[in-house]
Amino acid sequence: MVIPRLALRNVLGAGLRTWLKVVVLSFVFVVIIWAQGFINGLNEQAEQAQVAAEYGGGQYWHEKYDPYDPFTLQDAHGRIAEPLQQFIDDNQATPILIVQGSIYPKGRLRPILIKGIDPSQRIISLPSHVLHLEEEDLPVLIGSRMAKSTGLQVGDFVTVQWRDVRGTFDALDAQVVYIMSTTVQSIDNNQIWVPLKKLQMMTSMEDEATLAVIDKNMENPQNISGWTFKNLDFLLSDIRQLAKVKTFGSMIIYVILLFLSMLAIFDTQILSIFRRRKEMGTLMALGLTRGKLILLFTLEGVLQGILAAIMAAIYGVPLLLYSAAKGWTMPQITDSMGLAIGETLFPVFTAELIIGTFALVLIITTIVSYIPTRKISNLKPTDALRGSLS
Amino acid sequence: MENGYLIKTENLVKTYPMGYGSLVALNRVNLAFQKGEFAGLVGPSGSGKTTLLNIIGSLDVPTEGSTMVLGEKIESLSHKKAAHLRNQHIGFIFQTFNLLPVYTVFENVEFPLLLLGMPAEERKNTVMKALEWVHLADRAKSKPAQLSGGESQRVAIARAIVKEPEIMLADEPTANLDAENSHNILQIMERLNKELSTTFIFATHDEKVMHYLRRKITLVDGAVAKDEILKPQQGGGEN
Repeated sequence: MVIPRLALRNVLGAGLRTWLKVVVLSFVFVVIIWAQGFINGLNEQAEQAQVAAEYGGGQYWHEKYDPYDPFTLQDAHGRIAEPLQQFIDDNQATPILIVQGSIYPKGRLRPILIKGIDPSQRIISLPSHVLHLEEEDLPVLIGSRMAKSTGLQVGDFVTVQWRDVRGTFDALDAQVVYIMSTTVQSIDNNQIWVPLKKLQMMTSMEDEATLAVIDKNMENPQNISGWTFKNLDFLLSDIRQLAKVKTFGSMIIYVILLFLSMLAIFDTQILSIFRRRKEMGTLMALGLTRGKLILLFTLEGVLQGILAAIMAAIYGVPLLLYSAAKGWTMPQITDSMGLAIGETLFPVFTAELIIGTFALVLIITTIVSYIPTRKISNLKPTDALRGSLS
Repeated sequence: MENGYLIKTENLVKTYPMGYGSLVALNRVNLAFQKGEFAGLVGPSGSGKTTLLNIIGSLDVPTEGSTMVLGEKIESLSHKKAAHLRNQHIGFIFQTFNLLPVYTVFENVEFPLLLLGMPAEERKNTVMKALEWVHLADRAKSKPAQLSGGESQRVAIARAIVKEPEIMLADEPTANLDAENSHNILQIMERLNKELSTTFIFATHDEKVMHYLRRKITLVDGAVAKDEILKPQQGGGEN
């Protein structure tokens, strides 16, 4: 226990030199955890928003539906199967019919998807209730990105063209009744939402749908003939892949920050050795073995890491808790990042992240404290006492 | 111990590589020291005083020859055994005091006892006794930076003597001190030598130190030029 006591005495006795190192290291701790928490929050929020606004507890797809192949869309519809209709009647699912079409905002052609949804549904967080304002014209709900790109505003009329089930073109003037602000781009860009019954009637696809979204609390969805169930793992795979790519980017920042902290400790340890070589010679003369000398200096580095962790906890925990509770207001530009990002992003700090970061930084601190200290093993006591390194 | 000698060197040679050749720091040195001696290695700079002191103190090893210290052959000792020998039996006093700057006076003096694993209460009493020896008990809580040169050297003496070593090696202990402090230090060391029978070996060219020496060994170009007994040794030992 002598060496740890001496190391603690040295670290505390070094005063400003120690505290400067500790402050810098603690700052690294907090920044690393905050940055990772920010990325975690980004990913989690993107998933949650996608689930709430589009995927619910999963989707039943018509067997011919393939969102990545627009040519299949023409045939990707069918009469809602009896078990699926039962879910819909029990308010456990909501059907969506998707057809291709065009709109002509300000006289320009714009290919779009027309999506029909039940205005009274409560399965997804889409504000479909606004589509109850059904009159002679076709009420249309669009997202803010769509509104911005087409120049449409609430109350504007726009011509909608589509083909019915037999391939006959038809058109109608639709009125924009609501512009929703959503973080989920896949329910916004290049699409309009209309009442399901109206769309079924327009396309002569009565009682038909392309897909049905089930309630997120529904357990063990059964297999239904002609309809394929897609669970959240499948539906979220793209966004998770995207998150992985972004996580890789954030890992680079993580590694850079760790590298910088490692460099700072390494540098200060080397400086310490040069500054304290006479002290090392004295310690050797007083009878400290080389092994214990290495242990002493390595422990000093580790103790600085522990002190930094304590300091980081003192000011970092309230700061991170505040950040997690109040969130972080996102700049407008992040809207184009490809993920569903809210106006305010709430960082997520998991126990794994905090404990893992502390452990990793402590391990690195130990290694970079040990490496320069190992040089001492080649130090001759007489050289050290003279103040030179052999 | 060989023939009652605490320290004995035989044909001691120490050379340092220098350019294409080598510098001979010690050249066939044969010396022996008994318990309780108060001896000085004197001579001009570069005569090999510090080198000899370092070898006796197991801080360095000879190139040729042998050195027996307390029955241990210095050149055969492992790093660990040499460290133990220094910790348990040898005290060092340096020209520049070499106090540990972040420790208090008490902690500096306590350090060798911590390495010896002495219990806390006994350690405290021993440290205070050593500080009283050098009249610095009232400065126990001071840091080295707050001490004068004379006080710093007295702390260094307390640190060296606290474990009551058989051998004290002092390398130019008065070089950084004024006359008054030099005499104070030397009187303390003389008293320690008399009361504890500690063997003192100085490396010095300070006339003030020579006045206190009972044996003077003059080194010239690494060789013993003269070995004189100036006064009777403590306990009557002569070589």
